[in-house]
Amino acid sequence: MSESRPAVVSLRGVTKSFGAGGVTALQSIDLEVRPGEFVSLIGPSGCGKSTLLRIVGDLVEPTAGEVVVNGKSARQARLDGDYGIVFQDAVLYDWRTVARNISLPLELLGWDRARRAQRVRELLDLVELRGFENHHPWQLSGGMQQRVAIARALSFSPALLLMDEPFGALDEMTRERMNAELLRIWERSGSTVVFVTHSISEAVFLSTRVVVMSRRPGRIAAIVDIDLPQPRTADTREEPRFFELVTEVRDRLREGGLDEDRTAPDEGELVGEEAP
Amino acid sequence: MTIAASAAGARGALGRGRLRNAAERAGLFLAVLAVLWGLWEGFRAFGEAVDLRAGQFVVNDRTMPHLHDIVAQLFEPSRRNGPLLIGVLWDAALFTAKEAAAGFLLGALFGLALGTALAHSGLLQRGFVPYIVASQTVPILAVAPMVVVWVNPRLPPGLRDWGAVAVISAYLTFFPVTINTIRGLTSVDPRALELMRSYAAGAWAVLWKLRFPAALPFIFAALKIAAPASVVGAIIGELPASIQAGLGGAILNFNQYYITSPPSLWATNLVAALLGISFFLAVLLAERLVVRRAPEHVG
Repeated sequence: MSESRPAVVSLRGVTKSFGAGGVTALQSIDLEVRPGEFVSLIGPSGCGKSTLLRIVGDLVEPTAGEVVVNGKSARQARLDGDYGIVFQDAVLYDWRTVARNISLPLELLGWDRARRAQRVRELLDLVELRGFENHHPWQLSGGMQQRVAIARALSFSPALLLMDEPFGALDEMTRERMNAELLRIWERSGSTVVFVTHSISEAVFLSTRVVVMSRRPGRIAAIVDIDLPQPRTADTREEPRFFELVTEVRDRLREGGLDEDRTAPDEGELVGEEAP
Repeated sequence: MTIAASAAGARGALGRGRLRNAAERAGLFLAVLAVLWGLWEGFRAFGEAVDLRAGQFVVNDRTMPHLHDIVAQLFEPSRRNGPLLIGVLWDAALFTAKEAAAGFLLGALFGLALGTALAHSGLLQRGFVPYIVASQTVPILAVAPMVVVWVNPRLPPGLRDWGAVAVISAYLTFFPVTINTIRGLTSVDPRALELMRSYAAGAWAVLWKLRFPAALPFIFAALKIAAPASVVGAIIGELPASIQAGLGGAILNFNQYYITSPPSLWATNLVAALLGISFFLAVLLAERLVVRRAPEHVG
């Protein structure tokens, strides 16, 4: 990670309010994400982390502030296909097979059939779904559906991958396996990832940096560098440094939560979540 | 790969389940048919035994012919030394089917186009949908003669008469298709739209690759309503168009001779019903081929 290369995502004073003079969801967010980084946004429900991700993707307009993606405006970056996005639900098209779901963005980009088929084969290998190309989404488990969604997001090799709690709907076992797979895919694809989660252990395990956000209005409370060595494996979760970092992120979250009601129900869920 | 193997196994089981399903359905169909036959004949027997009267209505061979008489009538000559009734009705059904099929296609295409146009704007919907609804509250019997007067003179000779009937049939067909097309196109998962936006997809790509496929189950639900309605529209349309060759003409004709041969009219109605059912089944078959959906979504 060299400091001299231009940032993939650069946010300056990004603010978002909903409604006329209504709730401020995000306040003065400054953040730079450098090439090859894996940055997680973590915070309590309603801290605006998903909104921030959508602002980067030009799916939501900020009320104020500057958003630069790949050296251009967020809108131009979206039009140029500079990012792929994965949501909490896979959002696959029921009427398309696995292969045709993955190739949807390629169809929109006007790739010819042979080139699409070739790319889909590579991606099926990458997400280990070879043999399922002719299945329909409803014939797959939740974890497999999410792998299809990841393959679809990576299909056109975007520089940036935006992920909005992609494993939030999966059970703990599946989630940990998907975490390991995502790291493997991240290393092989070399893309930059911005990842929204409310699981502390997931954020620490995956990220090079964890951005801790505070509750309404959403602000960056702290940024924790995750210096765990790569590649990370299941054993990483057993290392003392892993637990230290989990504790640190949790403490920062608590400090962020002190501004307002620290006894809100979702804080309990958040803190108690990552039992080893 | 064990998962793939178990998936293949599941597909095999699905195939066997489908076969059993079909057998079950055929059995159910026959059972319901037997029950309906029993109800008809049972009511007849009961009515005759107690000499049932309700005003002018008396249960006898004239008001309620035996079902076996109705079916047997199909294989009697339609008139002295004439062809069998079933042959006459077969020709009439084919003629009406041509009108209804043309009307169904016309109405479905018009409904799709209108629904697609209206789906793009809530303002247009609020403006136009009340009139579309109003169009269906006017009795088709009142509209049909006007359509014949307006449309017929403008048709080329090859389309004259039956073309006007197709327009009347289309009048009944377009309505459900329009309403369900609007509903289907506008009820797309917002996250699926967000996904398309992230790919910078144009309006045409969103319509063609997302909205339209997502709307297909809604559109087919409408087509299943519209298909038998198009047959009804064609039969009714034949009356003011004075068309003799179709089922509408046959119904008028056998209605005049009801006193002498009640089963002929009943047999004609039976054929008309079978035509409507076959239109419905054709749409059902098309749906099976076109719509790929999770099993719980398949009607």
